[in-house]
Amino acid sequence: MAQIELSTIRKSFDGTDVLKGIDFRIEDGEFISLVGPSGCGKSTLLRIIAGLEPQNSGQVHIDGRPVDGIRPSARNLAMVFQSYALYPHLSTFDNIAVPLRMRRLSAIERLPLLGPLLPGRRAKERTIRADITAIAEQLDIAPLLRRKPGQLSGGQRQRVAVGRAMVREPRAFLFDEPLSNLDAKLRVHMRAELAELHRRLKATFVYVTHDQAEAMTMSSRIAVMMAGELIQVGTPAEIYDDPGDIRVAEFIGSPKINILPGRVRKDGGIDVLGTALRLGCGAAAGDCRVGVRPERIELGAGPFSGSVVHLENLGAEAFVHLAIEGAGARLIARLGDVRQLPAMGRAVTFGFAPDAVRAFDPAGKRIELRVEQAERIREPAHV
Amino acid sequence: MSNTHSVTFRAILRHVLLIAGAALMLAPFIWMISTASKPQTEIFSSELHLIPHRFALWDNLREAFAKANLLRFLLNGVIVTVSIFVLQVMVALPAAYALAKLRFLGRETLFALVLFGILIPPQATAIPVFLLLHKAGLLDSYAALVLPFTISVFGIFLMRQFFKTVPDDLVDAARMDGISEFGIVWRVMLPAAIPAVTAFGIFSVVAHWNDYFWPLIVLNSEQLRTPPLAVAHFRNNEAGTSYGPLMAAAMVIIAPLVIAFLFAQRRFIEGITLTGIK
Ligand SMILES: Nc1ncnc2c1ncn2[C@@H]1O[C@H](COP(=O)(O)OP(=O)(O)OP(=O)(O)O)[C@@H](O)[C@H]1O
Ligand SMILES: [Mg+2]
Repeated sequence: MAQIELSTIRKSFDGTDVLKGIDFRIEDGEFISLVGPSGCGKSTLLRIIAGLEPQNSGQVHIDGRPVDGIRPSARNLAMVFQSYALYPHLSTFDNIAVPLRMRRLSAIERLPLLGPLLPGRRAKERTIRADITAIAEQLDIAPLLRRKPGQLSGGQRQRVAVGRAMVREPRAFLFDEPLSNLDAKLRVHMRAELAELHRRLKATFVYVTHDQAEAMTMSSRIAVMMAGELIQVGTPAEIYDDPGDIRVAEFIGSPKINILPGRVRKDGGIDVLGTALRLGCGAAAGDCRVGVRPERIELGAGPFSGSVVHLENLGAEAFVHLAIEGAGARLIARLGDVRQLPAMGRAVTFGFAPDAVRAFDPAGKRIELRVEQAERIREPAHV
Repeated sequence: MSNTHSVTFRAILRHVLLIAGAALMLAPFIWMISTASKPQTEIFSSELHLIPHRFALWDNLREAFAKANLLRFLLNGVIVTVSIFVLQVMVALPAAYALAKLRFLGRETLFALVLFGILIPPQATAIPVFLLLHKAGLLDSYAALVLPFTISVFGIFLMRQFFKTVPDDLVDAARMDGISEFGIVWRVMLPAAIPAVTAFGIFSVVAHWNDYFWPLIVLNSEQLRTPPLAVAHFRNNEAGTSYGPLMAAAMVIIAPLVIAFLFAQRRFIEGITLTGIK
């Protein structure tokens, strides 16, 4: 069990800065997800924690002790790779046994022909076998122990890779997009299994993904990375409801948050698409951007109107794409009741509650808002 | 109808051409077997015939084994080719691993030098190497036959290309599991590269089993001779060349390779296609 602390980690490859000073503390037993778009440096950060890649500056502390310059295996962390990285020539059993044999057997005992003849080896092999059997029971891979990785399905390989990580009882688990090679259904299933595994092991999990749904559903905290910087860290609910940056707001949530052009007036009020919202703020007058999540858009009533340009009916819910006249803006609204689906091309009015609004300044930083009146922005329905 | 007609015609034409080519390639080989089966008188007779009138293969073989210590030469061949191959692998695998998977200053330059090394024919360096062995007092020994070939630039190149295709994650996983860098070479890369090692082994063994040039230069002692020199043994007789036993001896020294090929035919073809030398 471990607490991992990163201080001002910088890394550059061939002159390009990939990590620009990451400060971050991962608490003991936490399930933390690192999310961000492709190429933002998530894997690089994970590999620095693992010791597979040296950082250019900054320190990594595990349980308060600096680990810089310490070999990956000596850090006692386990990593599960996107490609699973199982040894193709070894059976499932031997794959899981590798970390144990490396740790428990001496160099002479590991020798191919001579090793098995040595006196102590037998007893050690027996403890290894017992440990692997226990892990295999837990992960439901006991019948697969004699197969080679090539004879396993993607989900089974994933489980074997987790088994190989678990068997050495590491201080923390590092996952690099372990589910991205699985099909959608299996991914949802494995999501639940990994979360369950975390609850059972109570170990520190650092989980890299670019799938925000994985991050939202499994983690205790999410760290959002963009272009080599950590821009927000918080619980999934905080990240979703309270994004500090427009990039976070846009990255988390599917479909994406609606961003509408707005203006901050001299008196601190906010206009969106020419309509004044009953909101005030302390920001300087000028342009701003206003974000509203699709599920907070209320169709059928409100000061705005748009025409339906696309419908996505998922059965349990539907997404209505609206084009807003005169503004060139597009917007997506979630409809909980698919029976009320509007027809294509029809004009619809819509509105949203003031507390659904998240405003961002031109630099993308969040603007704090005050709700001026408790009443909703809604005019009598015309439809 | 006419379509299938032309297809069969084409197929026949193709086979005729291929058979003609094969016959051309096999002719010397068949002639060797034929000569090995003829008594001396028939070999020197003016008329050409393939099938011997009197079948003398056993006599020729007996004479070949009596005149030269063929078994000893075959054993020398095995000792030399196996030592060369084992040492080549021991050098080439770590070198190829470093060139393919480790990041260090000057890696690309070193690799360019390896490529450059492939261009240098062994004959070009023969004299310096000979002098070196002479100074080291190693001439006329197994070491003289083995040492100059322990570093195979072709082997390094071939294995490096293969290691490039092994995913980096696998190497990293091995590091996480606590395997040392040398351990990775032998426990992770070697098993993954068995097809490439086999292909390289075939090239190496065939080349050094059949090598005539180098053993001829560095050897004096008869008991160190390798199989191709055994054949020369029959030519150098003052009593004139006895072709029957010579051809019989040639058959004997080719036999191990042919038998090995028949056993490992599939591997051999895999290996050839792997290197792209078709
Ligand atoms: N060994 C390397 N040499 C040079 N550049 C590298 C190397 N590894 C990573 N990079 C660069 O560093 C940047 C960050 O890479 P990284 O793998 O950390 O991204 P990521 O966030 O994991 O992306 P993804 O979601 O696609 O896996 C990328 O621009 C990549 O090109
Ligand atoms: Mg990555």
